[in-house]
Amino acid sequence: MTAYLIIAVIVLVFLIIFQISKAAEYVSVLKGEEQSRKQTNKVNGFLMVAFLVTGLIGVWYCNKLLFGKTLLAVDSASVQGERVDSMLWITLTVTGVVFIITQILLFWFAFKYQESDKRKVFFFPHNNKLEVLWTVVPAIFLTVLVVIGLRNWFYFTGEAPKGAQEIEVTGKQFGWIFRYPGNDGVFGKKYYKVIDAGSNSLGLIWQDNADLNLKDDPASHDDIVAEQTMYVVKGKPVKLIIGSRDVIHDVGLSQFRLKADAVPGIPTTMWFTPKYTTEEMKKITNNPNFQYEISCDQMCGNGHYSMKGVIQVVSQEEYDIWMAKQKPYYLSAFPDKDPANQKADSTKGTASTATASVLIAKK
Amino acid sequence: MSNEAILHELSTAVHDVHGDHHHEHHHHETFISKYVFSQDHKMIAKQFLITGMVWAVLGGLMSVLFRLQLGYPDSHFAWLEDILGKFWVKDGRITPEAYYALVTTHGTVLVFFVLTAGLSGTFANFLIPLQVGARDMASPFMNMLSYWFFFAASCVMLSSMFVETGPFSGGWTAYPPLSALGSASPGSKSGMDLWIIAMALFVVSSLLGGLNYIATVLNLRTKGMSMTRLPLTIWALFFTAVLGVLSFPVLLSGFILLIFDRNFGTSFYLSDIFVNGVGALPNEGGSAILFQHLFWFLGHPEVYIILLPAMGMVSEILSVNSRKPIFGYMAMIGSLFAIAILAFLVWAHHMFVTGLNPFLGSIFVLLTLLIAVPSAIKVFNWLTTLWRGNIRFTPGMMFAIGFVSLFISGGLTGIWLGNSALDIHLHDTYFVIAHFHIVMGVASMFGMFAGIYHWFPKMYGKHLNNTLGYIHFWITIAGAYLIFWPMHYEGLAGMPRRYYDYSIWESFKQFADLNRFISTVAMIVFATQLLFLFNFFYSIFKGRKVTNKNPYNSNTLEWTTPINPGHGNWPGEIPEVYRWAYDYGKDGREFIPQTEPVGADESHH
Repeated sequence: MTAYLIIAVIVLVFLIIFQISKAAEYVSVLKGEEQSRKQTNKVNGFLMVAFLVTGLIGVWYCNKLLFGKTLLAVDSASVQGERVDSMLWITLTVTGVVFIITQILLFWFAFKYQESDKRKVFFFPHNNKLEVLWTVVPAIFLTVLVVIGLRNWFYFTGEAPKGAQEIEVTGKQFGWIFRYPGNDGVFGKKYYKVIDAGSNSLGLIWQDNADLNLKDDPASHDDIVAEQTMYVVKGKPVKLIIGSRDVIHDVGLSQFRLKADAVPGIPTTMWFTPKYTTEEMKKITNNPNFQYEISCDQMCGNGHYSMKGVIQVVSQEEYDIWMAKQKPYYLSAFPDKDPANQKADSTKGTASTATASVLIAKK
Repeated sequence: MSNEAILHELSTAVHDVHGDHHHEHHHHETFISKYVFSQDHKMIAKQFLITGMVWAVLGGLMSVLFRLQLGYPDSHFAWLEDILGKFWVKDGRITPEAYYALVTTHGTVLVFFVLTAGLSGTFANFLIPLQVGARDMASPFMNMLSYWFFFAASCVMLSSMFVETGPFSGGWTAYPPLSALGSASPGSKSGMDLWIIAMALFVVSSLLGGLNYIATVLNLRTKGMSMTRLPLTIWALFFTAVLGVLSFPVLLSGFILLIFDRNFGTSFYLSDIFVNGVGALPNEGGSAILFQHLFWFLGHPEVYIILLPAMGMVSEILSVNSRKPIFGYMAMIGSLFAIAILAFLVWAHHMFVTGLNPFLGSIFVLLTLLIAVPSAIKVFNWLTTLWRGNIRFTPGMMFAIGFVSLFISGGLTGIWLGNSALDIHLHDTYFVIAHFHIVMGVASMFGMFAGIYHWFPKMYGKHLNNTLGYIHFWITIAGAYLIFWPMHYEGLAGMPRRYYDYSIWESFKQFADLNRFISTVAMIVFATQLLFLFNFFYSIFKGRKVTNKNPYNSNTLEWTTPINPGHGNWPGEIPEVYRWAYDYGKDGREFIPQTEPVGADESHH
């Protein structure tokens, strides 16, 4: 019912506007077109300058309302992001000044030079000095911006510092898989054809496979695989090795001011240094629910909007505790190879399972 | 006003001499040959325009629907379900499949069908022969084919809305593997086949049109119409056609490889893929990034294909209504040329985050920011054209001024995004949405509106209602800024584009109120466009008749034709041209048409 009502109201408003406009046209014909044209010209000339003034106030008001909701309201969460922010402010200053000057000139000229019988137009077809002026000045400012930009660009895309923590990130419809190299510090080889959605989500090569001509890679046996949440250490550079299992995704880290596509078949990398732990960020943003979210920033299917990951930034201590609790992925696929399971099944005690043997002995 | 009298005398004299000849020429026109399979460039222009309008309404309506989801994610619109059916609306809410289909089709349709075919198709067809002084296009038959290929493309695209698995829903850029694998997204099944067929037909249409425009501008100029006497509209449309002819084939080749990957088991774009529920695919060795290079090699020139005609028309309209020559005519041509060249050298700035070689990226940063120079030249030249003019605010002029304002606002944010170190943060956020909608979408729409308002009297021999035009302008420009300006802030919060729902995101859900506001304004602005459409169609039939052959006291040739020109444009001989198009306010004379010989005592400039 309300829908019909709304449609009726819209049609009515249309009709009224149309009637008024039609009447205005008749009046202008009666009054003499020349005279009424001059009248509307004045109205529109005034509206031009009114639009300029309300527009500039609107820009200020919009900023007042929304600035606090952007990332610029709080400090960047990564060292790299600081550079993005400072560059952003420089670019904003340059473009902002140009914006204000040119918009004022545009609407002011429109108002000031509206048709008047008294004015004789200035025949001014060209002036080389002016042309050179507004070729060279923008070129200089742009050169400065390019220099700043490229210095940052090469810093961001350059090699990660030695000793950076390495984590592999793999996108899939619609979630993220993280892999840590384990104790040996080496990522084991993987091949997409041995992926098993349940037990081997990345296709780690941990078995010989004659059909595919694959050889078991022992480096994969201690790799740790987790979904949904990634743990990184505050203050320690982290290098992400990014890939995708199906379509193109994108690792978007808005708080860290970085992103990189996840492309099937072509690994990409990105590194950054987190500045604040998640807990610290909760205080800084004044939001007890704060999370570092990984948003997929490349259209990847109907679940694109829900492809969320979480980065937990913690201290080295907390990280070590968390890491100690993780079990290599290999062991969850082959539970019989898990030393912990072996002692539960048999009474064969080894040095590493001393406590377990003690417990059994006490029985 | 003596010039006008002279002009009038001249043209009636010409008319008298050749009048009979003209009449006997057009006796045998039937309804079909005049309105349907017409070879008259003016009729083809109108066909492009009206088809473009139909698509603009559909594309706009799609944006209203997905804005409904973004603005009111928790509301249930049961009546929508009755209208659109279960695929599109479930439980009163737009479904994610439908949302992505709408976003994709909105983008494709607006970019290609409205702002390429509807804008340059209309005005290149209409203005080139009229302003260079030609009877018709170089090949009227090819011109007719160009429209009908576009019509066929439209039909196929429209039919894709009705297939069972839904229309294509992988974004207008159609990146594989998503667009190549039906198993990865239902929209990539038969919906995508239809999408590719429609786009292939569209490429054919735009090549047929483009070659024709180039041939006409180069070969069919009237006597005395040297290249440097052409109005800037023609220069802009000429460069547009060149861009299209050189870049559309590359897009088509990209699509052909995609068709092979989709249907014939090749691996141009596919490698190392495991699809949930299907398993590992056999394809190996392809590069998903290759498609992006091929796509953006068209895709970037495409934004200039959209923008340049608007720039050209705005230059013309600003000059005519300021009663003052365009400032820096040669600089305007030079900057158009520079933009056209650079348009081919910046495509990879859409790909900064794809893992592009950083050195290659740095070259693209440099070339991208270089485009800001010719753009700045154009803006300052437009401003100087207004300076010390005598401005008449016709609705066309208002939209031209609005274009300049929007072009500045949207162009400046291009400096942010073109710089890769900032793009790495802002890429694929609402900042990008704001940027390209303002600079390419709305600005070009403004150029199109300016053109329609300005040349409507020439198209139909009727006047549009000006009051409706002013209302249309003020609501649209205010609305455009209200919709897109705040989106910059969403982008600065990192809010990604193409999300169906933001409520699960701690980082982005603070904009719920703003999204509602934007959606509401979008609906109002959309409704206002219907007002314009009403004005347009009403005025074709019931508008005030044009009584003055040259209602704007304009210099260019189209205003020397009869009020309702027949096929062939000029009864009798085509007028000869003696000067450039911008002698306004020269030597104390209000305007001097191009057809007037240079006087002995005239000053040089």
